[in-house]
Amino acid sequence: MIMPALSVTPRAWRIGAIALSALVFAFLIAPILVIVPLSFSADPFFSYPIEHWSLRWYAAMVGDDPQALLWQRAVVNSLIIGLSATLLATCLGTLAAIGVWRSPRPLANAVTALMISPIVVPIVVTAIGTYYFYARLGLVGTYTGLILAHAALGAPFVFLTVAATLASFDETLLKAGAILGASPARVFRVIMLPLILPGVVSGAIFAFATSWDEVVIALFLAGPEQHTIPRRMWSGVRDNLSPTIIAAATLLIALSIALMLTLDWLRRRSERLRLSPPVSADRP
Amino acid sequence: MRRARSGLPAAITLSLSLLSAAPVAVADQVTVVSWGGSYSESQRRAFYEPFSKATGITVLEDEWQGDMGKIRTMVDTRSYQGDVFDAESAHLVSGCDAGLWEHIDYSKLGFTPDEFLPGAATECGVGSISWSTLFAYDADAIKADGPQSWADFWDIKKFPGKRGLAKDPRWNLEFALLADGVPSADLYRILRTDDGVDRAFAKLDQIKPQVVWWEAGAEAPKLLANKEVVMTTGYNGRLYTAITEDKKNFKMVWNGQGVDFDYWVIPKGLPNLDLAYKFIAFASEPERMAQQTAYIAYGPLRKDALAYVAPSILPNLPTAPDNTRNWFKSDTQFWADNHESLMERFNLWLSQ
Amino acid sequence: MTSRTHDLMRIGLEPTARARLRVNRQSVHALMLIGPCLLFLLITFAVPIAAMLFRSIEDPELADTLPHTAAAFQAWDGVGLPPENLVRIFAQDVAAARETGNIGVAARRLNFEVPGFRGLLLQTARDLPDPEAPDLLQRLSEADARWQDPLYWRAIKTAAPRFTARYFLAAAGLQPGSDGALVQPDPNRRIYPTLLLRTLWISLVVTVLCTVLGYPVAFLLATASTKYSNLLLLLLLLPFWTSLLVRTTAWLVLLQNEGLVNHVLVWAGLFDEPQQLIRNRLGLYVAMTHILLPFMILPLFSVMKGIPPVLMRAAYSLGAGPVRAFSRIYLPQTLPGLGAGALLVFIMSLGYYITPALVGGPGDQMLSYFIAENASATLNWGMAAALSLALMACVAVALVIFARIGSQALRLRA
Repeated sequence: MIMPALSVTPRAWRIGAIALSALVFAFLIAPILVIVPLSFSADPFFSYPIEHWSLRWYAAMVGDDPQALLWQRAVVNSLIIGLSATLLATCLGTLAAIGVWRSPRPLANAVTALMISPIVVPIVVTAIGTYYFYARLGLVGTYTGLILAHAALGAPFVFLTVAATLASFDETLLKAGAILGASPARVFRVIMLPLILPGVVSGAIFAFATSWDEVVIALFLAGPEQHTIPRRMWSGVRDNLSPTIIAAATLLIALSIALMLTLDWLRRRSERLRLSPPVSADRP
Repeated sequence: MRRARSGLPAAITLSLSLLSAAPVAVADQVTVVSWGGSYSESQRRAFYEPFSKATGITVLEDEWQGDMGKIRTMVDTRSYQGDVFDAESAHLVSGCDAGLWEHIDYSKLGFTPDEFLPGAATECGVGSISWSTLFAYDADAIKADGPQSWADFWDIKKFPGKRGLAKDPRWNLEFALLADGVPSADLYRILRTDDGVDRAFAKLDQIKPQVVWWEAGAEAPKLLANKEVVMTTGYNGRLYTAITEDKKNFKMVWNGQGVDFDYWVIPKGLPNLDLAYKFIAFASEPERMAQQTAYIAYGPLRKDALAYVAPSILPNLPTAPDNTRNWFKSDTQFWADNHESLMERFNLWLSQ
Repeated sequence: MTSRTHDLMRIGLEPTARARLRVNRQSVHALMLIGPCLLFLLITFAVPIAAMLFRSIEDPELADTLPHTAAAFQAWDGVGLPPENLVRIFAQDVAAARETGNIGVAARRLNFEVPGFRGLLLQTARDLPDPEAPDLLQRLSEADARWQDPLYWRAIKTAAPRFTARYFLAAAGLQPGSDGALVQPDPNRRIYPTLLLRTLWISLVVTVLCTVLGYPVAFLLATASTKYSNLLLLLLLLPFWTSLLVRTTAWLVLLQNEGLVNHVLVWAGLFDEPQQLIRNRLGLYVAMTHILLPFMILPLFSVMKGIPPVLMRAAYSLGAGPVRAFSRIYLPQTLPGLGAGALLVFIMSLGYYITPALVGGPGDQMLSYFIAENASATLNWGMAAALSLALMACVAVALVIFARIGSQALRLRA
């Protein structure tokens, strides 16, 4: 039986739901499917059918003419800022999640509320707030400023994913470690970290994706030296929607798929781990 | 794109160059902030690249939309995101009054203000170009007897179809009054009265349902090219580039054009003043200025520069005799005083 | 506390105290772990926003640039023209401000009150009569007759206090009248209440659209066999993970006049000529719904996944029709997921900036756009801060309402 609920739901409903869902899925996927081939079209117009295929819009991003250099710089900037912000957010967020997990309830609730506020506050408010304040510290137009702001946006995600992993973590394992004479640092490294690692990595991926995709804060904080890919795309889209933008968009989609599949794999792995005894975590 | 590659080699080169491109740490670089699109392109070819070649100083480019708020924050906090800005006269005047621009030391530039057209070399900015706001129509859509005046632009019956207008009260109020029969000499006298502003908005009301609004200057020719509008206001240089380089069949209507200047300005307190002056001096050389007209049809403001401009380009500049039969110069003082309050009213009017 | 009571406590409360000590030590450990992150967020996030929001009640320009004038004019009754000594203080301040180059700041601020004041003040500063001369007001008026108009002098009084409620009043579509009572400014200057309503309305419509489209999809995902649901889930996650800017760009390409959607519509004979699909509300709803739909489906899916099919079967066997079974049995159980999804979609919509800016027309810009505009273009930090606060208040209210509904739904379920 393909659809187990079929027997209990009237057929018409079921078919209606399937038809509507098919439309919704088409709606969700179509824009992405449509623009990817356009980036391989030789024509500068966004029209179908595509008559000649070419990599010219990708080629416009390599080489050493000024426009290409700007794109290359944007890629490097996105990586520098994204990775640094992720590292910072991951360390801080993981520690905080462990801290909250070990705290009494009222404290935990209060800290959690504070910790996730960067997700809830509208991004424009965050952007002009940081701009106003960082400008006074001389952080506008610097890598540091963008990294700090992006790390603040990413930390809540790490915090949430690690906290979720810890919810199923058995505290007696720590006690066992301590009784066997391991130092707290060793207990953390050998026992705790391997078990919460999927949560940490998922959080890190979320944090990286947040920074990689972020444009509003970059609009305010980044100088031309720090222009990231989304920031370049933003001026390109507003100014002159060229196929190079679509090529850049396709590269971003490719990376999204890679991040998504990594996350999916991690999720399956942690589900597997949860079903088997924790000792197997150390087995290759 | 210098060498066109295709297929696998391109893909490999792409990935390699992405891997190898480290952040470039350069000793000398100057950041020039301008308006994007084909205008920035013309500056890149006429100024930035030759400047880098001649001096070894890297030119970084950025864009702005005249957001003076960022300049204020930059100057207040001394965190400069640009060394030289390309400013319209409204930004020049309001920034100069508010102490946001450096006072230009002409002795450092190697020329004197009287080598420029009147009003072009000022206390806070060195004039670069004169530009025109006018309207153009798609000659493929309107074949014979095209529109000739702002009254025609407003005439929806005679010329049906969408119109493109800038999302800003500036220029639109002037054009509306011209369409309403006000002579160009009386424009600002009438706009300075409340009745005049009401009259301009009432005139705009007539075509409001037909209007597609654009923001960045590059959008106007794009709207025409995509056939989203049959006629649009725009900057003459960008429209001209669309006609000559993209081979579009657009016609520009110079009758009733509005002219303004752009200036090079330096934010107040910039530590790297010498580099900024070096760039402005370079970009103000007559040959350089004339060179820019080869890429975009804006008029150079240094008197000597006109001698170097190719004769074929001269008739397309805002200052050409044929183009100045009926024109007006933007009243900078009026807009410095009233832009904010009119913008507020304009935004509300738009959202109704 | 005396040493005696201290001793008593030590003896009497020994075990509890030790327990508390242990709890405290644990708390201290926990705080040491939480501390760095909390401190980091405080410095890089919370304090900057608080500092910016503080600007909404601050109005420092005149108090900073024309300090004596600001102090003196606050004490003035504001009736008619000011007395000679006030004019003198004003002239002295203007002379000083011109020296320091701050006159432009004061001129800008006063221009907010009366358009044209900027030019008047700058011109006056340039040709200022000797501040010590007699009949100063007369001399000023000879240079420019506007100084005979009490309107300008009242504007100085209005702008004088360092703290102000004007930005919040403006956000609510009000302004203080000349006699201190609140009045509605002329309709051409009352933009923000409309904007706030528009922002709420767009968010509401997008939330409803996401609910209508998302519910059946989540249902299908939750009830399909694992093989299919995993595949469908990936299809859902792909747009979810794709950059917001990329998706907005995709819609721009698809919906433009020469875009694919228009080609299809014309080809199918639905329209004779391309329709305008972007730069209007329609395009905005399409793009925002597309971007936010996964945030509705995912929470719904996880809740529906936990509903045992046996319940519906029981309802049918007890004679309930499909509509009744759905509305009485299934729907109430999905309410927590529905609430969470709607909350997410709604509060994310409230703060939308990039998508409306690119896909929407001028009549579709939301509060965020005007916050950014005020902060970067017109340099009105006070207004930007007041609007930010209004936007955050909307988010907070939404959170509270949904928390209420959510807990009620949970109670219903239990």
